Amino acid sequence: MPQTLFDKIWDAHVVARRSDGRDLVYMDRHVLHELHAPHAFMRLDETKRAVRRPDLTFAVQDHTVASRPGRDDTTNPEGAPFIRAMRAGTQSRNIRLFDIGDPEQGISHVVGPELGIVLPGTTYACPDSHACTVGGLGALAFGCGTTELEHVLATQVIALKRPKRMRVRLDGKLGRGITAKDVALRILAEIGVDGGRGHAIEFAGSVAQALSVEGRLTLCNLTIEMGARSGFVAPDETAFDWLAGRPWAPKGAAWDAALKSWRTLHSDDGAIFDREVVIDCGSLEPQITWGIDPSQVISVSGRVPDPAGADPRHQPAMKRALDYMGLSPGLALEGLPVNRVFIGSCTNSRMPDLEEAAAIVRGRKVAQGVAALVVPGSSTVKREAEARGLDRVFRDAGFAWGEAGCSMCAGGNGDKGKSGERCVSTTNRNFEGRQGQGVRTHLVSPAMAAAAAITGKITDVRKLA
Amino acid sequence: MEPFISLTGVAAPMLADDINTDQITPVYRDLHPDYAKLLFARKRKRPDGSDDPDFVLNKPQFKDAKILVAGQNFGCGSSRESAVWAFVAVGIRCIIARSFADIYRDNCLKNGVLPVVLPAGDAEAFEKLVVETDGTAPFSADLRTQTVTAPGGRQFKFDIAPEDRTILLEGLDDIGLTLKHAPDIAAWEQRMQRERPWLQSLSRT
Repeated sequence: MPQTLFDKIWDAHVVARRSDGRDLVYMDRHVLHELHAPHAFMRLDETKRAVRRPDLTFAVQDHTVASRPGRDDTTNPEGAPFIRAMRAGTQSRNIRLFDIGDPEQGISHVVGPELGIVLPGTTYACPDSHACTVGGLGALAFGCGTTELEHVLATQVIALKRPKRMRVRLDGKLGRGITAKDVALRILAEIGVDGGRGHAIEFAGSVAQALSVEGRLTLCNLTIEMGARSGFVAPDETAFDWLAGRPWAPKGAAWDAALKSWRTLHSDDGAIFDREVVIDCGSLEPQITWGIDPSQVISVSGRVPDPAGADPRHQPAMKRALDYMGLSPGLALEGLPVNRVFIGSCTNSRMPDLEEAAAIVRGRKVAQGVAALVVPGSSTVKREAEARGLDRVFRDAGFAWGEAGCSMCAGGNGDKGKSGERCVSTTNRNFEGRQGQGVRTHLVSPAMAAAAAITGKITDVRKLA
Repeated sequence: MEPFISLTGVAAPMLADDINTDQITPVYRDLHPDYAKLLFARKRKRPDGSDDPDFVLNKPQFKDAKILVAGQNFGCGSSRESAVWAFVAVGIRCIIARSFADIYRDNCLKNGVLPVVLPAGDAEAFEKLVVETDGTAPFSADLRTQTVTAPGGRQFKFDIAPEDRTILLEGLDDIGLTLKHAPDIAAWEQRMQRERPWLQSLSRT
């Protein structure tokens, strides 16, 4: 019987059926971060349980680390207890930690793929909802909470109920300057923040196939905003070429054997999906959020919607969003003054993201009164960007250039805006207060964020390119 | 884990959709925070820092609520488990919503919190009763009979997967349950080491 890619990966990882009826699904890779791992370490201490496979487990410091150059444990004083508990907890358990100062430190979902730790067809656990990012390499990810994290540390499996399968087919060819971020925001506009709930999503079609691996990582990053825990793109030669030679990727005969297996990782013709959505991306414009959930999206040339014309169930939320964002129905977002711009996060902080933004910034200046910050997703990305002179491009224009980490995505490291500020951001969540109390976040692609920084207002980047 | 069998108490209505975990427990700055204080820490306050008397859980009749009633996609967003621990800390161990975000629902099950979704036809009538009762009389939720009972005695049946029901009723130690399969896990690892060695052996070059 024809199988979906999801079922192939799942079935290959079921260890047993537990007495309560859940499948025990083996986790090939487990990556921890310091905001949640310390609590799981404490619980393992209390229950005197060991980590089953420290050799398959990695750890990063990303959520609470300061982005300020020359940072140390206490640059963000509130992060210090998390950072130190992480260091102690990983040391005593023999878990490889990418610590502050490590040349490969960075955001978990950036570091895992770029070092070849995550591979096609692997299962991946991480105590963070954006674990789904690594689906860009064809891995099946499970974002989880702290108790689940403790469970994976102790057993290397998760007890799961099999989700349904959904396919989002992205047809057409993207126009110039249109990115994976625009595609992901468009999907959110179409299916909403719970359109994928209970499902694992396969992103397919000509657009997904044409994306670079970094673009696929961006696309899959926003799967959780669609309500789905796992999202992925079937791995292909683009993914294999990207992985070849990365530090932890298999080499030699092991690589050849892996490649042979990876080439079977696709949904068979005629495989059945519980839900299928088709989106034509041919005429897609740059997308931008206007509200306080990531499905409240319009095209940059569009106008803020009127709750009066919407589904009655959505009206209260829309009104609250308009109020929080300081917007009124029918308003054009283009031209709206901006106070702050952030380029970074597990969504958009890899080399191509920074290159796209730098292409807009090169030879220009950040508009007066705009605070603009670029934070590379990893120290590896930062080093590469500096080798290519991108840091100069940004700094000469008036951007701050930070040390790698999550930074302003959730503000866990102290990087935040002020109440009432309008912030154009390449992150994944425009929730109330996430980037600082009262901060009004608009989610966009890196190039759109760069355009807003240069002009000081929300701008269609195609007019600057 | 503390089992969930039944509870009786005030039900607080928070009928918005898509209440996210950033709202439930904003990113915290302390390794050992007071989770009760963290619950809706931002929504509880007015911009000047004083308590917002209009916020449902600040109202006197809902101060000791034991059940929360919410809209669709409750608990979407970040996977932070503090967004469940905070409810447990204030004594709310039953959440009745139109639907739950996937990770949040799993986090509930791991902490002895009962996530209830009523059949579509009943949800509206139930929510109306909760709003009308306005904290003046208790509701109860019973997992054994899979019913929620309103003050007037009206009963609402709900479905829950048998595996989730067992975990909650027995308060099972999730890790202990899995470790009964330790030999299966070891066997799987040995098989993979032969069949797909790149999954089991990681080395840096």
